[in-house]
Amino acid sequence: MRDVAVIGVGETEFGELWDRSFRDLGIEAGLKAIQDAKIASEEIDAVYIGNMSAGKFIDQEHVSALVADYSGLADMHLPTVRIEGGGACGAIALLQARLAIASGMYDIVVVGGAEKMTDVGDVQAAEILSSTADQEWESVFGATFAGLYAMMARRHMHEYGTTREHLASVAVKNHKNGSLNPEAQFQKEITLESVLNSPMVAEPLGLFDCAPLSDGAAAVVLCAADRARKFTDTPVLFKGSGQASDFLALHDRRDLCTMDATVVAGKRALAEAKLEPKDIQVAEVHDNFTITEILAIEDLRFVEKGKGGPATVEGVTALNGKISVNTSGGLPPLGGTGATAVVHIFERGD
Amino acid sequence: MNAGIVSYGGYIPRFRITPKVIGAVWGSDGEAMGRGLNIKSKSVPGPDEDVITISVEAARACLAKVDINPTEIGAIYVGSESHPYAVKPTATIVAEAIGSAPVLTAADFEFACKAGTAAIQATMGLTLSKMMKYGLAIGSDTSQGAPGDALEYSASAGGAALLIGIDHVIAEIAHTVSYTTDTPDFWRREGQRYPSHGGRFTGEPAYFKHVLSCAQLLFKRAGTQPEDYAYAVFHQPNGKFPVRAAKQLGFKDAQIDAGLCVRDIGNTYSAAILVGLAAILDEAEPGDRVFAVGYGSGAGSDGFDITVTDQIEKIDRHATPTIKEQIADHAFVDYATYAKYRGKILLREG
Repeated sequence: MRDVAVIGVGETEFGELWDRSFRDLGIEAGLKAIQDAKIASEEIDAVYIGNMSAGKFIDQEHVSALVADYSGLADMHLPTVRIEGGGACGAIALLQARLAIASGMYDIVVVGGAEKMTDVGDVQAAEILSSTADQEWESVFGATFAGLYAMMARRHMHEYGTTREHLASVAVKNHKNGSLNPEAQFQKEITLESVLNSPMVAEPLGLFDCAPLSDGAAAVVLCAADRARKFTDTPVLFKGSGQASDFLALHDRRDLCTMDATVVAGKRALAEAKLEPKDIQVAEVHDNFTITEILAIEDLRFVEKGKGGPATVEGVTALNGKISVNTSGGLPPLGGTGATAVVHIFERGD
Repeated sequence: MNAGIVSYGGYIPRFRITPKVIGAVWGSDGEAMGRGLNIKSKSVPGPDEDVITISVEAARACLAKVDINPTEIGAIYVGSESHPYAVKPTATIVAEAIGSAPVLTAADFEFACKAGTAAIQATMGLTLSKMMKYGLAIGSDTSQGAPGDALEYSASAGGAALLIGIDHVIAEIAHTVSYTTDTPDFWRREGQRYPSHGGRFTGEPAYFKHVLSCAQLLFKRAGTQPEDYAYAVFHQPNGKFPVRAAKQLGFKDAQIDAGLCVRDIGNTYSAAILVGLAAILDEAEPGDRVFAVGYGSGAGSDGFDITVTDQIEKIDRHATPTIKEQIADHAFVDYATYAKYRGKILLREG
């Protein structure tokens, strides 16, 4: 297995981009990453795109070929791959691209994550998001994503004494981080009171406990480490990765307060990198709801189980805290998740 | 030579319902909804009121202020999204009711919420070209909001009529400009009882883009700036949008207060800006300049640069109750009564 490095990144702004289409976003992020990596298009071996639900959001499938085509790569007849994995599309695309390079099959792969979520109405968007839960056992009975995460939050409150203030402090921190990120959807700081007083979505999650619908894309150029120095003096090495899955339906899971998939994926990534949680200084984690970030920092063992809320209030995960979590401001549009995270980690390392 | 307003009149049904009362039925925090929309109450048409009766009331209030023979009115145009008949005109009934028939041209306009301002522009052209002495432009609606939908908190009823001509004008319209695109953010298909809307899409790319673009065009065309105006009035689908648009354009609260009727009566759709304008004319003095920009979803914006003349002191502005008096003279109804009046209760047929 060869080592793999990140040699270029690019992203669009994120938000309700009414005048930008899916392909506009995919192209912009991809071209920015290619320019950043200073590679010629002839050097690209494959294109991987993480995308959750373009078929439902914009009635367009086959988005990997589409983005390659509109990026001017059609006549190279590159292998293009679209990867769907719920809210983890972009991250899985990165892992698969890494594997392809590590295996020796490819040298350079452009990996993108993109989603255009605001071309449908709010109700339809909520239904599309719910389709990543178990349609037959959850969504069909009316469980929305917010409703499912609200149950996890409620249980966490019961088990560990987590409060709405603890949850709200995640939103306050991430909005503060977002205010420093020129591409973030919201660039204003918010107060604990405004989070607590926001309209209730699914108790105990209020409006500011929930990620907004968003449009945007991010892209990363991965390269075999032995060739990376040709393009950049500062390649960022892919030291470890881990992917795991879990029971899809919430009621089947071992524990409502633990994401076992996150626990296992985190352990695998750290084991490969020969690192411990305490060695990590910056992390981008999934935070579609405030409770999700609390679960993630616990499940990745950055803090003790049940202590995610108080740790956030104490500033353990704040910018330049013991471990800076979601320095970008948090969750991008679904297809873009992992790719955007890498973009931000990469940029911090620059 | 400019065309202008010769007289004006408005009519607002007496009944009101509050957001709190509506929210209570749907399990929502109606008070918070009302605060968010900047709406204290909305008008409710009585069981015997529709766009025809409201238009007639407005037209009569308009004619009561001046000594003009109704047969001198050469055109009557009624703009509305809620004409009682799909096939059978409104304007003919208005013409008969006010004594203008039969030697005149008449038509019903349907052009989202700016059908009334479109009627002003049409009658300006007809009177400026001396095809006729006066034209009557009416905006009137009994707007629909699906039960439980966000629209239900604002969709209300009202009407206003402007008599347009070139002689004895109480307010001269020196410039009018339109900004028209196909931006469908709100629609109701033939046979549908309630409209659909694009949620947050109705904001930035729809209302604000058109209102602000039209306003900038009007400033340029008129060679004016916000300080030149005593009053400004905008289409007011809620109490939030026009206030924000006005601020962005550089108007002060004191300039928009008189015409911001939406806070007390809700969104009267095609009538909204005309009712606001009528409220301003109720109190304006000679020399006052009025900046008016309407908006219709998917229709665009019409802007008017209006200057009040000495003639305003020669008409009887108190011949019928002013807009302010009509706002003050109201009776609250509960949701059941509102549902009955609005035909939302299924009754036995025959």
